[in-house]
Amino acid sequence: MEHINEGAAGKTKRRPPVRKTAKTDWKEKIMHGVFFMAAFTSILSLVLIVIFIFTNGLPMMFEYGLTDFIFGTTWNRTTFGLLPMITGSILVTLGAVGLGVPIGVMTAVFMAEFCPKRLYAFLKPAVNLMAGIPSIVYGFFALRIIVPQIRGIFGGPGNSMLAAILLLAIMILPTVISLSEAAIRSVPRSYFSGSMALGASHERSIFSVVVPAAKSGIFSSIVLGVGRAIGETMAVVMVAGNQPLMPRGLTEGVRTLTTNIVMEMAYASGQHRDALVATGVVLFVFIMIINTTFLIMKTKEAK
Amino acid sequence: MTSKLMKGLVYASAAFTFGMLGYLVIYILINGVRFLTPSLFSWQYSTSNVSMMPALMTTLMVVAGTLLIATPIGVFTGFYLVDYADRKNPVVRAIGMATDTLAGIPSIIYGLFGMLFFVIFLEFQFSLIAGILTVTIMSLPVIIRATEEALIATGMPIRQASYALGAGKLRTLFKVVLPVAMPGILSGVILATGRIVGETAALMFTLGTATNLPGSLFASGRTLSLHMYILSQEGRHVNEAYATAVVLLIFVLVINALSTLVSKRLAGGGK
Repeated sequence: MEHINEGAAGKTKRRPPVRKTAKTDWKEKIMHGVFFMAAFTSILSLVLIVIFIFTNGLPMMFEYGLTDFIFGTTWNRTTFGLLPMITGSILVTLGAVGLGVPIGVMTAVFMAEFCPKRLYAFLKPAVNLMAGIPSIVYGFFALRIIVPQIRGIFGGPGNSMLAAILLLAIMILPTVISLSEAAIRSVPRSYFSGSMALGASHERSIFSVVVPAAKSGIFSSIVLGVGRAIGETMAVVMVAGNQPLMPRGLTEGVRTLTTNIVMEMAYASGQHRDALVATGVVLFVFIMIINTTFLIMKTKEAK
Repeated sequence: MTSKLMKGLVYASAAFTFGMLGYLVIYILINGVRFLTPSLFSWQYSTSNVSMMPALMTTLMVVAGTLLIATPIGVFTGFYLVDYADRKNPVVRAIGMATDTLAGIPSIIYGLFGMLFFVIFLEFQFSLIAGILTVTIMSLPVIIRATEEALIATGMPIRQASYALGAGKLRTLFKVVLPVAMPGILSGVILATGRIVGETAALMFTLGTATNLPGSLFASGRTLSLHMYILSQEGRHVNEAYATAVVLLIFVLVINALSTLVSKRLAGGGK
């Protein structure tokens, strides 16, 4: 990564092209400016996003009272206690990660170590397909399959925390699988051979040597999975029940931060609308914590 | 003993993952294909035919509009970061961090921002342009990262060879480096297309949910994903929702096939 930048930016500046005319120089200068402007778009967008979300959300939070907003347990058109949704988001995400990550990591182990080459040629595109299926299709599938099953087995409405957890567990699979697989594959093969040479079985070499060596990569796949799960909106809104109440059990309805926004934004106005933007602020803070964790892990891994 | 158990769990997990995927695809196809009737593709939407044609066209318009704006910006950003920028410059590091951060923001936040900024602040109302601009910001990081990776993979020697022959920096970039990096950039653009087609939360409060084809950039519409969401929420048109899911799946399959094709070319020496 570094050598191109160093070389291109450093050396060529000192050693300009041989055929140097005023005309080409201008062209280079202008395009340099154009490229910089394009690159600046990212920063500009991020700054705008932060400004518009925070200036619309924060004043409401302070006007209403920060503790009342974050720790209040009642949410209706005039009272805005966000704790049920915060708890809902955390529980649903934990459930989905607890269920989806083991399955995803083990599938990744299968893909990297046990899968016959000819089968792999089918399974790799299958994982990509999984990643590409729109969340709305997952949500619809869960609504038609998972929800009736839950209704049949546990009674109640079926639209529930459990449905959301199962749905999200499936939805984070492709993220966890591709990143974990890449991490496992990047472990030097000599680890495996060394373990085999010491007399360990094929399975033991994989589970006790190769997979532990890939753990930082696997952890970052988990962090990214957490980000996906907490940010997912449209699929969850279809199956979670969405009652703005403190989570009461796996088979009862739950509302998350993301679905809180989608459920009410269409008809909200005034302080109500600001409260929904403030919900976005809280979600944003959650995501920033998760992303920073991910970036720190990635930098550590690179070193 | 434990390794045997672990091995069993690994096989079971893989079986679950791919079994679930197969089940989902087959289930949608079985329930959806038979409802793909001609009336679902009539140009005029009505509450009786719930045609998906306007939504299909709107999807293509949103994809085209977004790629038209996001591709040059994303690719130029890649150019800048890899070939022009000095990595030690704090502005450049900020650009990299901003890109990473944008990649992690959930689509509902983009939706909120699009509504507050494009729809309300710039007074675009629910419109094609508000939707396109919102989704443009969303797809930027995908294209930037793909371009960066593709440009870095081309390596230094090809650039030095071009400089040695007397070509300037810009010419080297466009005539020598870009053709080699093209498949990588293209696969990023294809990935972004997939994202746009599947997007719902970011478009709901920016593009709006009007049922007919938007007549201008400032008219509202709905994409296929949004159309499917509304159909399944209303609960009266479940069959049509299945049919829409089939069309969405076909979209995804085509997009994936395209990206596999492109990456095969990439693996085949990048000609």
